[in-house]
Amino acid sequence: MDITLQQVSYAYAKNTPFEKRALFDVNLDIPSGSYQAIIGHTGSGKSTVLQHLNALLKPTEGSIKIGDVLVKADQKNKHLRKVRQKVGIVFQFPEHQLFDETVLKDIMFGPMNFGVPAEEAKSRAIELSRLLGLPEEVLEKSPFDLSGGQMRRVAIAGVLAMNPEVLVLDEPTAGLDPRGRKEIMDLFYRLHQEKGLTTVLVTHSMEDAARYADRIAIMHDGKCVLEGTPQEIFENEERLLDYRLELPQCVKFQKKVEQMMGKKLPTICLTEEKLAEELARLMKEEREV
Amino acid sequence: MKSEIISLQEVTFTYTEEEKNIRPAVDNVSFTIYEGEWVAIVGHNGSGKSTLARLMNGLLFPQKGTVRIFGETLNEQNLWETRSQMGMVFQNPDNQFVGATVQDDVAFALENNGIPFEEMVERVQQSIEKVNMSSFMNSEPHHLSGGQKQRVAIAGAIALQPRILLLDEATSMLDPQGREEVLSIVRKLREETDLTVISITHDLEEALLADRIIMMNQGEKYAVGSPEEIFLRGQELVDLGLDLPFAMNVSRLLRDQGIELVAEHMSEEELVNDLWTSHFNK
Ligand SMILES: Nc1ncnc2c1ncn2[C@@H]1O[C@H](COP(=O)(O)OP(=O)(O)OP(=O)(O)O)[C@@H](O)[C@H]1O
Ligand SMILES: Nc1ncnc2c1ncn2[C@@H]1O[C@H](COP(=O)(O)OP(=O)(O)OP(=O)(O)O)[C@@H](O)[C@H]1O
Ligand SMILES: [Mg+2]
Ligand SMILES: [Mg+2]
Repeated sequence: MDITLQQVSYAYAKNTPFEKRALFDVNLDIPSGSYQAIIGHTGSGKSTVLQHLNALLKPTEGSIKIGDVLVKADQKNKHLRKVRQKVGIVFQFPEHQLFDETVLKDIMFGPMNFGVPAEEAKSRAIELSRLLGLPEEVLEKSPFDLSGGQMRRVAIAGVLAMNPEVLVLDEPTAGLDPRGRKEIMDLFYRLHQEKGLTTVLVTHSMEDAARYADRIAIMHDGKCVLEGTPQEIFENEERLLDYRLELPQCVKFQKKVEQMMGKKLPTICLTEEKLAEELARLMKEEREV
Repeated sequence: MKSEIISLQEVTFTYTEEEKNIRPAVDNVSFTIYEGEWVAIVGHNGSGKSTLARLMNGLLFPQKGTVRIFGETLNEQNLWETRSQMGMVFQNPDNQFVGATVQDDVAFALENNGIPFEEMVERVQQSIEKVNMSSFMNSEPHHLSGGQKQRVAIAGAIALQPRILLLDEATSMLDPQGREEVLSIVRKLREETDLTVISITHDLEEALLADRIIMMNQGEKYAVGSPEEIFLRGQELVDLGLDLPFAMNVSRLLRDQGIELVAEHMSEEELVNDLWTSHFNK
């Protein structure tokens, strides 16, 4: 499902004394099946953009096309239910999407709400909770009586249980332990590849954006100021600093090594694995000359 | 030796007392933290870290064992006095906002502590400025972005000028620069005062900055030591759901590629130096 934002502007509490403009003229194209990361400093408008992707927020100016549904300012739209079924959002704070009595019921709610029989919803929920590393004993607990990372896992399971076509992730790894972080990011990537899931990831981890995304957009003060491949985005450190962002840790490290060697590697290494490979290749060459 | 500031003795806490088969959230944990120390608490999701934080600031009381703060056992009587000297940032800042505006929220605890009005106004402004939120003084805390909420929560904690700062994943939603800013605020406060910092974190690079690390596993204290002592356990940590610092991970990958290194490195600088001396400076 293609998603296109056209000249989207958004103001919170419009026409009140508390009006707060959060987006200015944002254009963004997210083709079906792509993995789009959105990065940007605190308050730059990332979560506001995300909430437009399933029409939780409607633009105050401009429009969004989600598949074949067009969402515009001040226009009622009957197709939003369909959109919400296909576009699953994991919110920045998991508490904002948990509500049911037990963890199991919470994960089952979405599918059942869209007509999946209880039995099937239950087996999906159990399978997903396993996949997300939730201990079995939490299934009958209230989702609010969990640790922060456990809540995050329940919220993710609830969204995946809907089998969405588009997966929208707002800082999905905040609060996860390092292993959970890696396993769950790999799980999203696997779904993206195997099921062709269109994936939109908002993250403060330059490392995750570099590793997983096909394309990266930079938000800065409510505007989308730059869009490109990870290679393009991370080749210019100065520009990132202007947007109050940084290079991924392994690119920073690559630069330190290059400075020490007085020599550059042929490409920007976006992962540690790639960096180790390139260094090994270079050393082999050095030995041979 | 510095004086003791927080001490847990054989502390056990279970949320659901009636269910006997459930493992305690915190199980027979003892440790002592000294004044002026920076201690990081790490461990997998559900290992009991936030429960420890709640036990240390008296939101929860243990079923077994004692929590001693400033040398006194924490109880209902000295709870408020203790809290007035402990700035805490919760894992989800939404759970701690009480004021209708950012400045009211930051002022709240100061008002409760009877800080004179003028001093209060000044402290509130200064702390909000420190976290770069001055242009949001009159915004409603719940209507901020995720990272802005965390900044406000941090401002509230430092405005108290506490003796202990207790941070529960307080920077999890900040951008890399924001994280760096908060760390430098903390560093600066430690230079100016004898502040004790307890920081719960999944960010192992941040844990590396601490004087000591307490590692939790399934409710139990698994290990305590300097960052070097903890991270030299290597694979053992990975098996328990943690990770190793960046430089150690890169070292591993380099070794897998047949690049030899003379030692185990925690910092990037050490690793770069090793690469230089063993491979390039020949
Ligand atoms: N409910 C709201 N009411 C009013 N203003 C809001 C609301 N939510 C966000 N804002 C403001 O809109 C701007 C953009 O916020 P948004 O949540 O989109 O930022 P973000 O890029 O997701 O930041 P973060 O990385 O900190 O989560 C911020 O200045 C914020 O204060
Ligand atoms: N309010 C609660 N009621 C019942 N059980 C709880 C409650 N809060 C936490 N628990 C349980 O206690 C255990 C420890 O939780 P705690 O929140 O201390 O973990 P944590 O180490 O902070 O984890 P995380 O890294 O995910 O934040 C977990 O198994 C959790 O499910
Ligand atoms: Mg956000
Ligand atoms: Mg916690």
